[in-house]
Amino acid sequence: MNYVIIGNSIAAVGGIEGIRRADKQGAITVISAEPHHVYSRPLISYLLEGKTDLQRIKYRPDNFYETNGCAVKRGIRAVKIDKEAKKVTLENGESVGYDKLLIAGGARPFIPRISGLEKYGYHTFMTLDDALKIEKKIENTPNARVLILGAGLIGLKCAEAVHKKAKEITVADMADRILPSILDAESAGIIQRHLESYGIKFMLSAAVDLDKAQFDILCVCTGVIPETEIAKDAGLEVGRGIVIDARAMTSADDIYAAGDCTESYSVVTQKRGAVPILPNAYAQGETAGINMAGGDAEYDKAMPINAIGFFGKHILTAGVYEGTEYKRLSQGSVRKLFMENNALKGFIFIDDFKKAGIYSALIREKNDLSGLDADMLLSGDIGLKAYSKEERDKILRK
Amino acid sequence: MKKIYVQEEWCLRCRLCEYVCAFANSGYEDMSAALKDKPINPLINVEENGKISYAVSCRHCDEPSCVKSCISGAISKIDGVIRIDRDKCVGCFTCVLSCPYGAVMAGPGGAAMKCELCINNGVGSPMCVKYCPNRAIILK
Repeated sequence: MNYVIIGNSIAAVGGIEGIRRADKQGAITVISAEPHHVYSRPLISYLLEGKTDLQRIKYRPDNFYETNGCAVKRGIRAVKIDKEAKKVTLENGESVGYDKLLIAGGARPFIPRISGLEKYGYHTFMTLDDALKIEKKIENTPNARVLILGAGLIGLKCAEAVHKKAKEITVADMADRILPSILDAESAGIIQRHLESYGIKFMLSAAVDLDKAQFDILCVCTGVIPETEIAKDAGLEVGRGIVIDARAMTSADDIYAAGDCTESYSVVTQKRGAVPILPNAYAQGETAGINMAGGDAEYDKAMPINAIGFFGKHILTAGVYEGTEYKRLSQGSVRKLFMENNALKGFIFIDDFKKAGIYSALIREKNDLSGLDADMLLSGDIGLKAYSKEERDKILRK
Repeated sequence: MKKIYVQEEWCLRCRLCEYVCAFANSGYEDMSAALKDKPINPLINVEENGKISYAVSCRHCDEPSCVKSCISGAISKIDGVIRIDRDKCVGCFTCVLSCPYGAVMAGPGGAAMKCELCINNGVGSPMCVKYCPNRAIILK
């Protein structure tokens, strides 16, 4: 069996490890647009901040490809898929045949149309090379004033990362609050004040005028868009992302897709959509890999979960913020639960996040919580009593 | 590899397991220095549920969501034991958010921690098992 994987990030690793669970022999070829060993993308902010390094940022050990029998084509893009001839064409004209193909090409930064962007020049903050470029630029710019467009996860991690090296950091966003993808307005206010206490300035609810803004370095962190062109050109079904089913299969035979380039139906959210988070990329990649190698795996429980920290303050969130809100706020910490029909739909925990994973499981499994009172649920003393006795016995005996 | 199992009918809810665990993983050689008048960080937790109680620690799952969710690649299963490379961990706590049993926690120093069966802390075999006065925690 001849496996080809387009992409070399988390979904690709999931794919490789999934394939090897079922097939130790087949050839695996990884086509990697980036020249690097697989690294963790979310760790580029830690790299820029000096909290990790080029060795520890690696997502798998140095011998990962060797151990898993993978040939890696580095620094070269796949440009075309011919699904009839079952081959992938690379940008240098080389063609690579496959029996089973995994598309794990991820996403690319979304660049809004703002006048002056090209004139002033800008950085994006998604890849290892992006981080190294910003690092170099900031080291060569004394008293750097950094302007970041986008107050989402990427923009704010970028702000934290350059905090020690820049003289001034301003984050601008059209939205009226920060982190709209993971926080409600009240929690966003708490985090914004925390970031402001570290000297980060915000310009919210406003379109930025680059001709008037004062900055030396401009970072555009206004979200990402799935890489779908290669799939679209090959005639695969594509929405916002490449459409996959629970087995991570696309609309074409023998072609699978996983990670940030995809969209799929989730039984948890009961919606079709993209859940562009790292754990999802791994799970989809692994599912695809197992199925490519003749196994039988399904993953249809994608849901948003997010753990992120800024200057020592930790935010753990999951699910959707619908239904009745129960909350407990104290000295900067937040515990909020969102319940509907005796089931947990979502939560926001800031700094007080004990046993958060149990709450994630309750959302995912839609457990009936009518036997538990809200105070106990809010307290974090929940433990395994969140589960039925039968389920608990199974957990303790496994 | 052996695992830790609890027998809830024998648990006295004395929480001695929490203290010896926190001590074993504290890096201190002196128990008072490690535990007295300090917030402790046990990797096993006694949970009380009406008339019963039981200690909960990592189940070393066959399909470990902490390993699959870790954004740093810092968590891996080695010879049946799920371990955290605390040098690689950046302390985002996606693992805490992913463990359905609440068995991964934030440790002192900012990295995540969980039960590694006392393999990696210089002790060698699980302290909770050794010191449980009623043999409610066993290794088999």
